[in-house]
Amino acid sequence: MATTMITTLDRSSRAAARGLSDISIRNLFIIPTILFLIVFNIFPLIYSLGYSFTDFRASTSAAANFVGLQNYRDLLSDPYVWSNFAITAKYVIISVAGQLLVGFGVAMLLNRDIPLKGLLTTLLLLPMMLSMAVVGLFWKLLYDPSFGIINYALGLGTFEWLSNPKMALYAVALTDIWMWSPFVMLLSLAGLSAVPKHLYEAAAIDRAGPFYTFFRITLPLVAPILMIAVIFRTMEAFKTFDLAYILTSQPTAELISIRLYKMAFQEWQTGRSCALAYIVLIMVLAITNIYVKYLNKVKER
Amino acid sequence: MRKTMTSLLAGIGLVLACGTSVYAQEKELTIFWAEWDPANYLQELGNEYEKETGVKITVETTPWPDFQTKAFTEFNAHGDAYDMVVGDSQWLGAGSTGGHYVDLTDFFNKHKVGEVMAPATVKYYAEYPGGSSKYWAIPLEGDAVGWSYRKDWFEDPKEKEAFKAKYGYDLDVPKDWKALRDIAEFFHRPDQKKYGIAIYTDNSYDAMAMGFENALFSFGGELGDYKTYKVDGFINSDKAIAALDAYKELYKFTPPGWAKSFFVEDNQAITENLAAMSMNYFAFFPSLINEASNPNAKNTGFFANPPGPNGDQFAALGGQGISIVSYSQKQEEATKFLEWFIKDETQKKWAALGGYTCSAAVLKSPEFQNATPYNKAFYETMFKVKDFWAVPEYAELLQQLNQRIYPYMIGGEGTAKETLDALAADWNATFKKYGRGQ
Repeated sequence: MATTMITTLDRSSRAAARGLSDISIRNLFIIPTILFLIVFNIFPLIYSLGYSFTDFRASTSAAANFVGLQNYRDLLSDPYVWSNFAITAKYVIISVAGQLLVGFGVAMLLNRDIPLKGLLTTLLLLPMMLSMAVVGLFWKLLYDPSFGIINYALGLGTFEWLSNPKMALYAVALTDIWMWSPFVMLLSLAGLSAVPKHLYEAAAIDRAGPFYTFFRITLPLVAPILMIAVIFRTMEAFKTFDLAYILTSQPTAELISIRLYKMAFQEWQTGRSCALAYIVLIMVLAITNIYVKYLNKVKER
Repeated sequence: MRKTMTSLLAGIGLVLACGTSVYAQEKELTIFWAEWDPANYLQELGNEYEKETGVKITVETTPWPDFQTKAFTEFNAHGDAYDMVVGDSQWLGAGSTGGHYVDLTDFFNKHKVGEVMAPATVKYYAEYPGGSSKYWAIPLEGDAVGWSYRKDWFEDPKEKEAFKAKYGYDLDVPKDWKALRDIAEFFHRPDQKKYGIAIYTDNSYDAMAMGFENALFSFGGELGDYKTYKVDGFINSDKAIAALDAYKELYKFTPPGWAKSFFVEDNQAITENLAAMSMNYFAFFPSLINEASNPNAKNTGFFANPPGPNGDQFAALGGQGISIVSYSQKQEEATKFLEWFIKDETQKKWAALGGYTCSAAVLKSPEFQNATPYNKAFYETMFKVKDFWAVPEYAELLQQLNQRIYPYMIGGEGTAKETLDALAADWNATFKKYGRGQ
């Protein structure tokens, strides 16, 4: 497979005239990318792994001392870090489930012949094209208890969305659902339009009800692509920073990435924050792996 | 091949040309500060310096939330983008022990800066460690937390009568923290969309700590012993517990959604007719007497942080000193600027432009005290201020304070004693980790 990917050079091309071979052209394109990756991704990744075993602080000139697994031990026994993880898990579940529900629901509604379908779909995609920070700033205004439009429209008076410790996380998740449901919708639409029409016709002939059709035909065939949406959204939701950071400062909505930011760039505990970043990385990798396994299973069916 | 070589050489030439042009203007100094009005005033003062000496001063700014991060990122990289930095008082420890700041002790002694500037500003903006007589900055912008209030609400005869009937004394600028609480309660009328008081509650950096400190210091409490790093019996003393409860009590009378408020929100409380009184740094008061930014400018008054139950009166310190960055290539030129800056005439100009001078002579002069409605309160405050820890790990201490106090203040979790006992334990552990005191 891999060998057929490299097509031979057109003999009459300028590159061929200069005497460049296929291999050297390939290298010319790939080597800079790989170098870039190594310098800006792989090297810092490995370097920070080293730091995670030290008490290094970037803000002082003191030398870094090797402390072994101390940072990992401290972090994993810190109740605040655990509560950050619990908050993040809750946030991921609410936000991804919400997006899946809303996104797939809207896709079902759009998956038929309606006038202005193209325009409608494009307009629905707008939220995910905005910058996270901008969305955070204007949702903060929408949620405002004194003059926010949400309370006004819903007649909630001075309901405190963001300063109520019990509500803050849901408010952030709601914003995330608003922003990223279109992404799930887009993927679902692609999946839905790929379901062969003759299956529905056959189901209609057999007088299958709408629920039966949905659970036996639509859902199983769209599942793989929905799984991809879930993987992407879970990874992203796990790393959410800007939205939550801008919207609220409630400790009940302090996601793990916010804690990481504070540790690394406000407290300058460089060594310990590297360790925390690794713990987060391992968790994201593990969760993604479970999903990928499941995705492969779904595909096999 | 030759073509490639030529273009490559041309490219290198261009890069070199761009690189050298940065160094072309030798006589230019860059000062880094946060993005706010005083930075603009400093730029104007810098323009005066350029007129006199030909050395161009550029004040580079960044929004407050990024200020600390950006400055330390540059320090940690040993970058020379900034020749001087107007750093927060809490940075002294990290700046000096980290080798980021130039030692200004000789400069201080030679020019007797300790006598020129108000004592509290020298102690908190310049000296580290406390009491060591080693100096790392020149006090530049004096600042502390004060209060603004709605004169028209306070002076309304009907309100005065109702207040007297309810509390038994005259409605006036609060004489102590009890009066502050009573007035806040009195004006708190959610049905009329009028609220009692605006305080700091943001827990993302030092806002919450500064607000709480106002109560703590005036109640006679302390964060700890700055020399021995002992915190037990200080931060969890009875006085501190009473202070935390008094500050939490004020939260009841704040406008709705007041759980992430700092200087912007607190000034809005006055400009948007939300609250009767509002806590804020003096540095943010100029916009409150400006009719363009405050429709209630004529009706806005100011007072210093009132005393607590035992008559102690202190306020939380804000403000900054200016330090020379040790990675700067132009330290000599920067020193000359500082020599010019501490002159009496310069300090007068600085005050006239809107900067909060720390010069004792200017502060005491009647012309300064009468220049604005809040200058007198500022003068009174600057001689009774106290500050947060300035050790290099201050950010961890701040985070622990936020972590403990916020859930109690806003979420009502636990009691004041539990909160402060837990905070004392956190701080003890942190000081132990860095080998301080014990």
